[in-house]
Amino acid sequence: MSVVGHSPPPFFKRGPAPLAQLFFFLTLSISLLVIDLRFQTLEWARLAVATVAWPLQRAAFLPIDAAGGIGDYFSRLSSVQNENEILRSRQLASANLLLRQDHLEQENKRLRALLEMRERQPVDGRIADVLYAARDPFARRVIIDKGSQQGIVAGQAVVDELGVIGQVVRVFPLTSEVSLLTDKEQVIPVQVQRNGLRAVLAGAGAGTMELRFLAANAEVKEGDILVTSGLDGVYLPGLPVARIGKIDRDNSYAFARITCEPIAGVERHGLVLVLGSRTALPPRPEELAGASQKSGKTTRVVKRRR
Amino acid sequence: MANTQATHASRRILLPVRNGFIVFTFLAAMVANLIPFGRLPGIPDWVALTLAFWCIHQPLKVGMATAFVLGLAMDVADASVMGQHSLAYVLLAYAATGLSRRILWFPLSQQALHIWPLFFAMQLVMMIARMIGGADFPGILWFLSSMSSALLWHPVTYLLLTPQFQSADKDVHRPI
Repeated sequence: MSVVGHSPPPFFKRGPAPLAQLFFFLTLSISLLVIDLRFQTLEWARLAVATVAWPLQRAAFLPIDAAGGIGDYFSRLSSVQNENEILRSRQLASANLLLRQDHLEQENKRLRALLEMRERQPVDGRIADVLYAARDPFARRVIIDKGSQQGIVAGQAVVDELGVIGQVVRVFPLTSEVSLLTDKEQVIPVQVQRNGLRAVLAGAGAGTMELRFLAANAEVKEGDILVTSGLDGVYLPGLPVARIGKIDRDNSYAFARITCEPIAGVERHGLVLVLGSRTALPPRPEELAGASQKSGKTTRVVKRRR
Repeated sequence: MANTQATHASRRILLPVRNGFIVFTFLAAMVANLIPFGRLPGIPDWVALTLAFWCIHQPLKVGMATAFVLGLAMDVADASVMGQHSLAYVLLAYAATGLSRRILWFPLSQQALHIWPLFFAMQLVMMIARMIGGADFPGILWFLSSMSSALLWHPVTYLLLTPQFQSADKDVHRPI
């Protein structure tokens, strides 16, 4: 090793001027932003980077996993026994319904055949574990531990034991991202269970949702249960979604302001069920040019897919 | 004397930094950022902190290109929109490299005061970019993150400069 130790710093070859560099990288970043927000064509790049970063991600889980393991170790036997007891009694309570389900499904099938209606699609699903909430503070998303290797595809509905919690929006090889119902961009077609009134439910952030485009005199009550209507071809009909919380009927607006709370544990973490994709609905009937313009608002309630 | 080693006012001579160490610290910061804390407010952005540190201490080695690449990696890891972090990190790197000649003459606590507005502006840029895209306001508590990052400036400076404090040839009579 020489006394000086290293070569002199390259004072005179510093590359392009800082302002030029700044301009270049800013343009690049802003165009990336626009492309991703407007056209959503960067999924392949995301997939590539995510696959490379997978080992890093696993390494980052180690402290959390360890903390969880220690917590489990010290959780007292009695609390586990208690939980076991509760689960057993709950299972017994639901056994009645479950035992009769087969019978009811058969009966429903026969009746539907008699009425010459389309058969309802049977449900299949895949159990997944919610790994963590995405760090992005601007969206409500969680990461689950099943990905394209396990047959998950974007657009599948995700439920827990109480109701719908969201929809798979992005699939990586071993994980996928689920957009929660409370996300501002998540929209789900629902109907009021009591009277079958159809509406569109959108996320409002902060753990609540908003029932949109219902007239100020629409027939809804506080406490009404909203279930999926199945019109979008994504969610199976009849899954519980939300309970109506507060209705603000202001006559100066055309629509009522209706806030709802999710029924399922949307902001809680645990085991979830990713429902299988539904078979495609029959194609929409052709519309006349004039008619489609007039009814443009009502036909566009189909879930926006990313 | 001991607490002024990290500034230009110190008479201590630091060893040259090793490139491998810079890469290693960035990787470690990425892993620290990937630890899933969920929505806990006030979790510092380790990558931004490390990036600002190296931009100030080694402006010839770490600059806007590094910031851009790190930003892209964070965009993917955070499941945010592509370009959000890279935009903010590039601006942070530009400001930090520009400040580097001035900031190192101050004691560490005043350096942290210089750094905090940079982190805050970085968060503002991210918020504006996302809210133009139609996202939700993340809540005022989210800005705690820039504060906690700035508070960590003091310990992080010592941590990242430790390898450079060691002398090249160990000589008890000439300790530098």
